[in-house]
Amino acid sequence: MNMQTRPKAIVIQGNQACVEGALLAGCTFFAGYPITPATEVAEVMAEKMPNTNAVFIQMEDELASMNALIGASWGGAKAMTATSGPGYSLMQEAIGYAAITETPCVIINVMRGGPSTGQPTMTSQQDVYQAKYGSHGDYEPIVLVPSSAQEALDLTIRAFNLSEKYLVPVSVLTDEVVGHTRERVVIPDAPDVYNRIAPPEGIDYKPFKGVDELGGVPYRGGFGEGHNICVDGQTHDGIGMRIGHLMEPSGNLVKRIMDKINNNIDDISDYELKCTEDAEVIVLSYGSTARVALRSVIDAREKGIKAGLIKLKTLFPFPDEMIREETNKAVRILVPECNAGKICNEVQRVVNIEVESLPKFGGAMHVPAEILSAIERS
Amino acid sequence: MNPLAEKYLRKEALPTIFCPGCGHGSVLNATIRMIDKIGIEDFLFVSGIGCSSWLPVFIKADVIHSLHGRSIAVATGLKLARPEKKIVVFNGDGDCLAIGGNHLIHAARRNLDITVVTLNNYIYGMTGGQMSPGTPTGGKTKTSPYGNNEKPFDAVTLAIGAGATFVARETAASPVKITKTLTKAVAHNGFSFVEVMSQCPTQAGRNIFGKAAPSDLFNILKENAVSKKGAELTSSQFRTGVLHHDEKKTAFRTVNELLKTEA
Repeated sequence: MNMQTRPKAIVIQGNQACVEGALLAGCTFFAGYPITPATEVAEVMAEKMPNTNAVFIQMEDELASMNALIGASWGGAKAMTATSGPGYSLMQEAIGYAAITETPCVIINVMRGGPSTGQPTMTSQQDVYQAKYGSHGDYEPIVLVPSSAQEALDLTIRAFNLSEKYLVPVSVLTDEVVGHTRERVVIPDAPDVYNRIAPPEGIDYKPFKGVDELGGVPYRGGFGEGHNICVDGQTHDGIGMRIGHLMEPSGNLVKRIMDKINNNIDDISDYELKCTEDAEVIVLSYGSTARVALRSVIDAREKGIKAGLIKLKTLFPFPDEMIREETNKAVRILVPECNAGKICNEVQRVVNIEVESLPKFGGAMHVPAEILSAIERS
Repeated sequence: MNPLAEKYLRKEALPTIFCPGCGHGSVLNATIRMIDKIGIEDFLFVSGIGCSSWLPVFIKADVIHSLHGRSIAVATGLKLARPEKKIVVFNGDGDCLAIGGNHLIHAARRNLDITVVTLNNYIYGMTGGQMSPGTPTGGKTKTSPYGNNEKPFDAVTLAIGAGATFVARETAASPVKITKTLTKAVAHNGFSFVEVMSQCPTQAGRNIFGKAAPSDLFNILKENAVSKKGAELTSSQFRTGVLHHDEKKTAFRTVNELLKTEA
């Protein structure tokens, strides 16, 4: 019998896979508020967390949820929330606070149709810009985009690891299709888990000073242990004292919290390539749409068309260099996405040929024949 | 420097941002005397945005100076992550009763074991003197130039109604009482709410009360504070002291704690 090498596989929906991933990553705090189509994340958390000595609380709204994450994270917890468009909008101010105070936390946004109440039960990818630009001011969040229940699990673990490593709020943008599709998911035994680096004993700990050996990221931890830490949303110096009235040091802080992400794109970026080496037509896609796009590219190859797929699993920071390299021989680039053509603009920013947008509205998904016919059009 | 100030104030954050004659300095003083009795290592502080919320920044301790209105929500997460600590929140009448009102009532409803100290100076001071839920009816401010056409919140009644189990009010004119009341509040197991009426010579004094001298405003606070139980109140007066204390009601417990108790 060789049972022990066989991975544990279960059939679960994407929302539940996020919970499994979070718990494997060491999530010890969840604060949330019910919202379609993300509610199952909170429901499963409420059931599972007390058995793992992790704390679940249903807050009075999404403002409270996101701010509770900040308190819990400074208290030493690995903190997560889950929501959808309207709740994600409410969380944005606190996401900016987490960015400037370098507070690790994870936000699952199961995207639905917008704007406003929009289409609560229908899928979309309309929040991709909000995930990047949703809070006011200059900052660089990390945004991951799973396309399946398996990736929902894997990328939720990764979200925690990146959040702990770069001390930044990480959004996992799933969508209604990923969230509610039940499919086979392999549960890893003991995935790699990264924890925030505590200040070494005896150093002059400055919780908001970048450390060169950590890629410009500060040490983190020690709140409530005699360091007299002042966490402040105003621009601050290395020990947290306000410097909002000082131009140069304030600018340096904002540049540092952006640089620690932008200087580490190779580490943060995650993507998959299919048949891109000789591809003349490249389809770039992400999330549930990428699964349709993969089918279309395979079908095109069977018809003798040199098509290829770039599937992004890290949406932001945007992998400019990788896209430039992988598309330098392409004649056409297509970007199907369930919004008005947002990431198409990002791709257009980095390449020299005209990028073709395949937008989708109203909660529908692309069908393979549709993307295939766009590939065939010349 | 006063030895308590030497011991507990964060020198790199000084001078404070408080205007001369501001009541918040007295509250800081009274808070430090309370801390000195209990031990600073027991405390974590959270605040929001506004004059009031700078108070804990000047204390040499671990502090989260959070977003406008969200101090109680941040404190909720912090308390659940660090249940062994005493969490004290400082916020103001605008921060706690307007933009943050929802978090106040829900933390009170949960009877979460934290202490909220709301410094009510009748006005938005830091933004230059606009009306707040603490502004008396008729009070002239920058956004109520014809006199406030709304009624202020009675924060104490609100907190009691929402389920807070220790509720008190003091004034910045009586710092010794503040120290005593805060000491009781942090010792209470459950949600404790202390409203401190505080003078603001720069904004509320000049605009609402027509007096800029701190001593005049000090006297107004003293005249309006009624500690005698059952005494009749005029329209500008308010009750002070410990106004509600229920030690029987169970403080918030996580599901984890409930399950352990049942097992």
